[in-house]
Amino acid sequence: MIFLEKRPQPSKTLSYITPVLAVLITMVAGGLLFAILGKDPVAAIRIIFWDPLFGEFAFYYRPQLLVKGGPLILIALGLSLGFKAGIWNIGAEGQYIMGAIAGAGVALALYPLEAWWIFPLMILAGALGGWAWAMIPALLKVKFGTNEILVSLMLVYVAENFLSAMAIGAMKNPEGFGFPGSRNLQQYPSAHNTEIIAGSGMHWGVAAAFIAAILAYVLLNRHLLGFQIRLTGEAPRAARFSGVKPARLVLFCMGTAGALAGLAGMFEVAGPAGQITTGFNVGYGFTAIIVAFLGRLHPIGIVLAGLLMALTYIGGEAAQSALQLPAAAIQVFQGMLLFFLLAVDVLTNFRIRITLGETA
Amino acid sequence: MLLKKRSFLAGAATAAAMTALSTGAAFAQDDVTKVGFVYVGPINDGGWTQHHHESAMKMVEEIGSDKVELVYQENVPEGPDAERAMTQMALNGADIIFSTSFGYMDPTVNVAAKFPDVKFEHATGYKTGDNMAAYSARFYEGRAVQGTIAGHMTKSNVIGYIASVPIPEVVRGINSAYLHAKKVNPDVEFKIIWLYTWMDPAKEADAARTLIEQGADVILQHTDSTAPLAAAQEAGGVIGFGQAGDMAEYAPSPRVSSIIDNWAPYYIERVEAVMDGTWESHNVWEGIDTGMVGIGEITEAVPEDVKAEALAIKDAIASGEYHPFTGPIKKQDGSVWLEEGEVADDGTLAGMMFYVEGIEGSVPQ
Repeated sequence: MIFLEKRPQPSKTLSYITPVLAVLITMVAGGLLFAILGKDPVAAIRIIFWDPLFGEFAFYYRPQLLVKGGPLILIALGLSLGFKAGIWNIGAEGQYIMGAIAGAGVALALYPLEAWWIFPLMILAGALGGWAWAMIPALLKVKFGTNEILVSLMLVYVAENFLSAMAIGAMKNPEGFGFPGSRNLQQYPSAHNTEIIAGSGMHWGVAAAFIAAILAYVLLNRHLLGFQIRLTGEAPRAARFSGVKPARLVLFCMGTAGALAGLAGMFEVAGPAGQITTGFNVGYGFTAIIVAFLGRLHPIGIVLAGLLMALTYIGGEAAQSALQLPAAAIQVFQGMLLFFLLAVDVLTNFRIRITLGETA
Repeated sequence: MLLKKRSFLAGAATAAAMTALSTGAAFAQDDVTKVGFVYVGPINDGGWTQHHHESAMKMVEEIGSDKVELVYQENVPEGPDAERAMTQMALNGADIIFSTSFGYMDPTVNVAAKFPDVKFEHATGYKTGDNMAAYSARFYEGRAVQGTIAGHMTKSNVIGYIASVPIPEVVRGINSAYLHAKKVNPDVEFKIIWLYTWMDPAKEADAARTLIEQGADVILQHTDSTAPLAAAQEAGGVIGFGQAGDMAEYAPSPRVSSIIDNWAPYYIERVEAVMDGTWESHNVWEGIDTGMVGIGEITEAVPEDVKAEALAIKDAIASGEYHPFTGPIKKQDGSVWLEEGEVADDGTLAGMMFYVEGIEGSVPQ
């Protein structure tokens, strides 16, 4: 008989090993899936995990990892603070959109003025836009005890509609022949989020993500507030006795997550995307939830998880066009990753016991 | 200073590598021409993407799979992801790349600038370049045929219109359908619902049901799924039309005809031009005449005389003797748009964001 026995303490070692284990199991199960679809599983796994890093065109893919991973990391870092304290902000996608709209709004309002202060002002506006959007569920929770999961999630749909309204209305490119979509900020030097080193993929948003990771690390390990966040998540009663004010914590965690998501949106619209369009958001805010957990809510873990997630996207796309794998198969593959992570997580909290014969 | 120098070197190195690879690809093509397609939806969406893909496969079949290789990527979001998808194809030796959604326009411009030796074709946009062409279809010609049938068939005199995204193409379609329905039935009234999406079966079904509740017995759609036809069937006594695809599974009723996107002739022509070395950039708009806009079979649910009238309009458009936007036509505010006998020019049509007289409501801005 096989039993699961609860560990008195979650295993520290296993909590580091399980993400790697999950990736390996995903490779095996994914390989099986690709084989069933009639594709060479080894080639598929190689194209997804190896080629973007070390293949012939790695010079193009490596920078793309940063471009794709940057926003994921930035958003996931913000979310992880709240998740650690048991505050569930599911609406990062909406905060991402509002940050982009606020940031692009500043640029479009000032167009065609060229000045050095425009880009910093956009950064500020982006952070504020995301922060303000996150404050709605935060204040409602603090004042009226509403559920932040529902409110923040619903606000994503509101933000999406607002985005559509902007793309076909107020922010529409006056020289766009009536088509939806704003001016392209890539062609507006003062507002363009350029690569810091050309060809490296390292735009200001990616730099912000790495800075945010360091700050989050310092906050969680060296600061009282970080201690309170961890304590609230691990032992809410003890936290209250030690003087943690839950309302302040909710406002801080939601606000930070919102501001970082807003920044991610702003850097994206001013850089890789370039435009406010009806389809501007592609799900970074939701994928970041997976990244946060895959990274164990730890700043360094999140950086690695964000890059890994970016790799599955980029490699997955490469596999699609190289092997003509259906897009859905790649999505299933990414889904497996989270699924297996949650599955092997059992090992962190439980021990497997195998006994022979009868049990009482 | 150091940073600057390095940035220049890195940039130059990447650019050089890309150019080297793209020219390398052109030399290495042997006899096989590699054709890339970037799709916005899944290849089996039953509408827009499926018809691009079927046309692409027809192109391969026609030219021969020993001479041309097809690579495609589906479900590609409009934006930086599309840019990567196209770069990937170009790096892997594609000779020509078709990007089949309006939102791919600026990404295509960016990638085309990086790969001067690769040809790019963007659907339904307005930007072109030395190695980037634009192509689109005159769907409004099909709407004229559709409007004629709809105007005759409605008993309630209420026609429902499920509009997708407020861009000129969709507004042109509404105007064309309305003008031709009104021509055969002066009492006709249009009810329009905007969905801000090209495909969302749940929203489309809701919109169709709402329109039917408001008395519509003919549903026209500019969205790509079969959900509105399913809703029409469920309601009974309501007809509709196939969009992008024939949607023949709903024939003979509620689907009484359809507007079919047929890109195959264009794809064959352009890929062959690349093979011959005669490819040149252009911005074309083809209609019923070349077959890019097809009219699906008009079923027996439509009376013979109506069918004959609809086909006559189709033939007149195909031969060029009739233009769906021929004056006198007034704008919604009552001002004159086209004088008696005057024909709309392509420039105005390309940017058409106003309703003609008689349509209620306003174009979302």
